[in-house]
Amino acid sequence: MSVSKVIMNSPQRRFSTANLFAKPEASAFAMLVIVLLGFELWTGIFLSPMNGKILLTVIPELGIVALGVTVLMIAGEFDLSVGSVFALTPMLMQVLSVYYDINIWVSIIVALAIAVLIGYVNGAVTIGLRIPSFIATLGMLFVARSIAIVVVGGTPRPMSPDTPTAFFAYDFGMFRSSLLWYIALLAVVGYVLHRTNAGNWLFATGGQPQAAKDLGINTRRVKLSAFMLCSFLAGLAGIIQVMRTRAPLPSIGGGLELEAIAAAVIGGTALTGGVGSVIGCLIGTILIRSIDNGLVMSRVSAEWFRTALGVMIVLSVVLNVYVQRFAVHGRHKES
Amino acid sequence: MTANYIMRARNLEKWYGPVQAIREVSFDVPGSQVIGLVGDNGAGKSSLIKILSGAHRPDSGDIEFEGKPIQLRSTKEAMSLGIETIYQYNAMIPQMSIARNIFIGRELLKFNIGGYGPLDFEKMNEEAMDAIADLKLHLRSPDTPVSELSGGERQGVVIARAMHFKSKLLILDEPTNHLSLKETDRLLELVSSLGKQGIASIFISHNLHHIYPIADRIVVMARGKKIADVSKADTTITEISNLIM
Repeated sequence: MSVSKVIMNSPQRRFSTANLFAKPEASAFAMLVIVLLGFELWTGIFLSPMNGKILLTVIPELGIVALGVTVLMIAGEFDLSVGSVFALTPMLMQVLSVYYDINIWVSIIVALAIAVLIGYVNGAVTIGLRIPSFIATLGMLFVARSIAIVVVGGTPRPMSPDTPTAFFAYDFGMFRSSLLWYIALLAVVGYVLHRTNAGNWLFATGGQPQAAKDLGINTRRVKLSAFMLCSFLAGLAGIIQVMRTRAPLPSIGGGLELEAIAAAVIGGTALTGGVGSVIGCLIGTILIRSIDNGLVMSRVSAEWFRTALGVMIVLSVVLNVYVQRFAVHGRHKES
Repeated sequence: MTANYIMRARNLEKWYGPVQAIREVSFDVPGSQVIGLVGDNGAGKSSLIKILSGAHRPDSGDIEFEGKPIQLRSTKEAMSLGIETIYQYNAMIPQMSIARNIFIGRELLKFNIGGYGPLDFEKMNEEAMDAIADLKLHLRSPDTPVSELSGGERQGVVIARAMHFKSKLLILDEPTNHLSLKETDRLLELVSSLGKQGIASIFISHNLHHIYPIADRIVVMARGKKIADVSKADTTITEISNLIM
């Protein structure tokens, strides 16, 4: 029997429910279905087109940030500064285009380049000075937020009339162009992460850094790239939100870093690195925004949102751990 | 050239701050021989291995590989020359599959642009299974995560990886540390069979009883120096034991 035949006939290839639920994103998906149906039954309008449009508007903005956070967490690092970069990037765009009268596209590109630079600084400080990224980016959280407020001054001015709001947030009726950007980013990042050698290096770097290094992977460069991508996506999401609301306020994105980490964790990304998926991150994002919106729709005090979010985070990790243990146990019995 | 040496090291020295880890160490690895490297803790075995595997650079001294002088700047460079290191801690990513682990850092791609490209999963799975079958290891599927393998199976996969990439010199750093007795025997058998296939190896262990049966030569280190370098035929296990003490 040829080797490939052995593979095809091995028990692992057979469909098994235990294996299906061993996927970290599976328990998040189950929770999502329960939450969506639950809110629909409770409110009767949760899955209506009107509310669907609201969800499709807010999901990409958190989702793009969470996507970068997920990639960085897979590489084994954190970024707590994404909420501040989310605010700082559109503020820089605003200052350059309105206060200094620079071409709006140039302003956007420069602002995004600075977001990437912030990611580079986060990475360089973390790796170069060998301190936890938790600390390095906690520092950046305060620095970037403070600069965002300082650059626009006390009274933010309205946006420049030639701002390309349609490019980032054109209203198609049921959804905005931001959703298309989000889908495109999910596809590209998902492909790189799960289908290319660069993705393999990311998982290896986060999963077992010493082994990755010994096998010749430049783990510094891998981490640095992940920091830069994460910061870039946070800045891009900030620009998208400001384009939608046309309200360039330096206070936007407060608490977003924790929601983004929550989306990643609920979707099965491990805090320790080496585990995670783009699909999981998408499910986590939809779940968080659905609970946020569903509580409002059911006329429950919005203050309950964080309680629900907190319970969800703990529950999803507990579920993942137990379901996986069960799956591995079952698999050993099977063979 | 007098004999067919795969690697020769001359007067290697290594300092870590004020501490000298390696003092004027010279030794030769003839092709297809198993060299046993023994010594007590802190004798300088690990430091020497780190230099030969490309992880650290010596402060002075020369290394020749296949008759050519080399300067190893990284483990990757050593690997591309055919020097593969097997570490005691098991250099694999537990969450990843066997096939992916075999190809980490040397992934098979469908095409590549500037060194980046899509993974060829089919070919990687196939070649991984071939590599494992060559060693007569019985593992279920290339998709099995390494975290589900036993310690011996993991070292088996690591050796399969080295063999697959046609390494010419295998450096094994305390590979029997976390293995059961049966797994240790299996590993020793595997290493001695490598010699017959023309692959040289340097086998590091503090357990002389693991090394002695399979080694062709035995090198003893103490306090950063090489204190003995003898053919097994010219010595006995007791003699070596006394040297280490």
